[in-house]
Amino acid sequence: MAKIIVDGVEVDVPAEYTLLQAAEAAGAEVPRFCFHERLSIAGNCRMCLVEVKGAPKPVASCAWGVRDCRPGPNGEPPEISTKSPTVKKAREGVMEFLLINHPLDCPICDQGGQCDLQDQAMAYGVDTSRFHENKRAVTDKYLGPLVRTSMNRCIHCTRCVRFTAEVAGVPDMGALWRGEDMEITSYLEKALGSELQANIADLCPVGALTHKPESFHFRPWELTKTDSVDVMDAVGSSIRVDSRGREVMRILPRVNEAVNEEWISDKTRQIVDGLRLQRLDRPFVRESGRLRPASWQEAFATIAAKVKDTDVKKIGAIIGDLAAVEEMFALKLLMQSLGVTNIDARQDGTVLSPAYGRGSYLFNTTIAGIEDADAILIVGSNPRIEASLVNVRIRKRWRVAPPPIAIIGENADLTYPYEYLGAGPDTLAELAAGRNSFIEKLRSAERPLIIVGQGALSRPDGLAILSAVAQLARDVGAVKDGWNGFSVLHTAASRVGALDLGLVPGEGGLTAEQMAQGGVEVLFNLGADEIDIAPGAFVIYQGTHGDRGAHRADVILPAATYTEKSGTYVNTEGRVQMANRAAFAPGEAREDWAILRALSDVLGHRLPFDSLNALRAKLYAAYPHFAAIETVQPADSAAAIQALVGIGGTAGREAFVSPVKDFYLTNPIARASGVMAECSALARELKLEAAE
Amino acid sequence: MAVRKLAPEELQPESFVFSPDTEAFAEQQIAKYPPGRQASAVIPLLWKAQEQAGGWLPRKAIEAVATRLDMPFIRVMEVATFYTMFNLEPVGKYFIQFCGTTPCVLRGAGDIRQVLEKRIGDQNHVTADGNFSWLEVECLGACCNAPMVQINDDYYEDLTPENFEKLLDDLAAGRPVKKGSQIGRNTSEPFEAVNTLQDPSLYDGSQIGTWRKRFEEQAQPAGTGEAAAAVASVPQEAKAAKPTAGRPIESEVADTPAERAKKGEAPVNPVDQKEAADPSRATKVEPRTEDAAKPAPQSGKSYVASPGGGATPTSPTTPNAGTPPGQSETRRDGSESKPGVVVDKDNKTS
Repeated sequence: MAKIIVDGVEVDVPAEYTLLQAAEAAGAEVPRFCFHERLSIAGNCRMCLVEVKGAPKPVASCAWGVRDCRPGPNGEPPEISTKSPTVKKAREGVMEFLLINHPLDCPICDQGGQCDLQDQAMAYGVDTSRFHENKRAVTDKYLGPLVRTSMNRCIHCTRCVRFTAEVAGVPDMGALWRGEDMEITSYLEKALGSELQANIADLCPVGALTHKPESFHFRPWELTKTDSVDVMDAVGSSIRVDSRGREVMRILPRVNEAVNEEWISDKTRQIVDGLRLQRLDRPFVRESGRLRPASWQEAFATIAAKVKDTDVKKIGAIIGDLAAVEEMFALKLLMQSLGVTNIDARQDGTVLSPAYGRGSYLFNTTIAGIEDADAILIVGSNPRIEASLVNVRIRKRWRVAPPPIAIIGENADLTYPYEYLGAGPDTLAELAAGRNSFIEKLRSAERPLIIVGQGALSRPDGLAILSAVAQLARDVGAVKDGWNGFSVLHTAASRVGALDLGLVPGEGGLTAEQMAQGGVEVLFNLGADEIDIAPGAFVIYQGTHGDRGAHRADVILPAATYTEKSGTYVNTEGRVQMANRAAFAPGEAREDWAILRALSDVLGHRLPFDSLNALRAKLYAAYPHFAAIETVQPADSAAAIQALVGIGGTAGREAFVSPVKDFYLTNPIARASGVMAECSALARELKLEAAE
Repeated sequence: MAVRKLAPEELQPESFVFSPDTEAFAEQQIAKYPPGRQASAVIPLLWKAQEQAGGWLPRKAIEAVATRLDMPFIRVMEVATFYTMFNLEPVGKYFIQFCGTTPCVLRGAGDIRQVLEKRIGDQNHVTADGNFSWLEVECLGACCNAPMVQINDDYYEDLTPENFEKLLDDLAAGRPVKKGSQIGRNTSEPFEAVNTLQDPSLYDGSQIGTWRKRFEEQAQPAGTGEAAAAVASVPQEAKAAKPTAGRPIESEVADTPAERAKKGEAPVNPVDQKEAADPSRATKVEPRTEDAAKPAPQSGKSYVASPGGGATPTSPTTPNAGTPPGQSETRRDGSESKPGVVVDKDNKTS
């Protein structure tokens, strides 16, 4: 720790702090454009100038360490000033230079109202310009469908260049030419090839990079902000949903060090238009082969008539990827009261089950824990498309000091180098048998991390593979006191919550696969769109979008998306998080738990709650860990590993294939989104180009 | 700076492959840097690729360099676009870099520019026969022979519209041309008659050491004044030059020979006041009481090898700035050993 005096206030900060951080610790605000906590220091905007006692000139506080300051003549702590007249004058000078070439187009700029330059010009700028020459003009660049450019506004902070190169790991962007002619662009103005590219528009301190899909649609001060959680993947990124009236206008990341830091993937951010397109806004009933709009009473009556005539053994329920814990709990209670055991939340066919303990299906290491791992093995997963922000963490870990990283599965570009061991269970067996040199690296590592993805588990021999991985984890010492390196990476936001609730087939029950292939006569489908249901069964689809599930349905119950209801989601780590309502569901659509509650009444098995709070009280009584919002309840991993090892079995020979075929189109909301369709087409094009 | 852009697609070659020569050069350059730091060789490689591609960098060449150095394309593109000496569009067989900076303009670069515009056309424009293109650049550092141009790798100086036209004619016709000055002067010797540095003794080595000899002869009998104090204060044991030596803060301020001289006092006891010879204070004196003809002590600074005596083996060859001249075994005025002139071996320290 080092002492430093900031504006007369003495603070004790770590010596490796920069002056900017020290000033913030002392409560002094330092303006900045190029500096960003999570990017490397560039020191090129000069806005953060402060005066250091003894230094002849103002210094850039973002690039000057506390330990680099000289003490006073009698050994007093170094002293800096962030408010002196020199500093004020220096900042005014910097601001004047920045504004020389910056257009005065705030009224037509999307950044207006959320612009660092605008705010800081109010604080540090002067009211008139002394610059009478022509302003610089720069042609706008094409950066793909997500980021609109207006390069006249660019102040060359290079945050976007540093983000793409450092965090996203695709060195697509750069600064060409030099001096006054410097231009930020991508190589040959190609679209950026990153699934995190829209973050650069968040990072841009001016209006040079703005979000293309939402441009010119709103002003930031018109929006109502709601903190929520993302359901596009199992990471559960913290987001803020901004809405105007009953329409969601945009989704922004929220800082959450434990999960997404402050990034979100493009899918998380830009499915906004998918929330209003293709929506189911009224109940439908299929009559003589065609779906016709109906009232809720009609729909419920149709269901009740069908259920009454069917043997409970022939009734089943499948739960989709976007369901919140509340409605899954309600559905579970309803099915229990009907006596139905055919219930499954694993539409992708994964073999994970609560039977082996909670530690057998969680990402036990936690996402932040990846940064402590010193050897990483990824089995049957492509984290870049299955959980982009987990991949960002692995890359962050790799950037600090490259640990040995190896993959068994698809040989894809993960933005960091790794050792490719092989494609399938054979390689896993070889590794476990010690016939691969990577086993030594895992064994010698203090905190080895083994990530097993759904590509290895969503297959008939998944249980044998899971067992083999657990065996390997135990052998290399991945599970011990203080470290749990056995981690399951999920792809569905609802999955961990469902497994926590025990939504797997009961005794003699059918799995999702068996139900879909005709094992039941009445199938209640709670938003499962990634599974093909064979003809024959009477399907009740409760969901949000006119997607695969709705096309196959006989009765459609319109429900609310994650932005339209308050719901609990559990991410792949087992972190319980709450999504909040930012808007209302369209038309006659209702919140899922309320639909189930109403249906239960018609079916004659009224659920014992009349409000969401009552439901939650029941839920928390039955499963207390759901009450601990924002936390991870650690699982008994040793027992879980023991249980998994005990399964044994022999794995097949087919290669592991990631369950995510198209990153941009993994769920009904994304499939409804025009922006995602455009991104998907572009990504396919880039892929073809790369293959050439 | 002129507006630069990448060459249009129709001018870009289909492919670019390093020639064996370029590849050998690349290996040599990359070997200069530690493993994993091969990107440091990007500028030499681009330069060589430009040479191979005929004086400009096609896009494929930039990509080839990036691939060779395991760098993203955009990173190499950044370098290639930053430096104006990388041409991004085709240039003529003779690429003329015309100096348009002040000294050349004062000496008639405007006329040279007119010749270029007349014969070749606009900047960055290759003549129909592919022979010439030109570009105005900033100072090329041959101002003494202004105006000048650089054609490919060579300088052509002392240009006039006439001799420049002829030069271009000769180049176009493939006739041999003279590099350097076009009016026959040797390097940057005086333009007209040579009036200085004509004494033959300057070149036969007889001048070496004469100043010191003269100085020692004159300094020997002097018993008063600053020079005497300086000479007398030679320490018995040579002090190692230290950063603190001679700093005003390190010694008492009052008692300097200069002040004593001003007050009309006798010179101080040289044994007591070693620091008195500090030139930073000694040179403050304005009224000089001693013989003005005597050479004043010179600065202790020297940028050439010091002809120090054998008596001070511990003293460094080149005294640090701030070492009192009196502490040096010998004193220099710089005239006795210019770089390149033979050093008097008798006076060499080691």
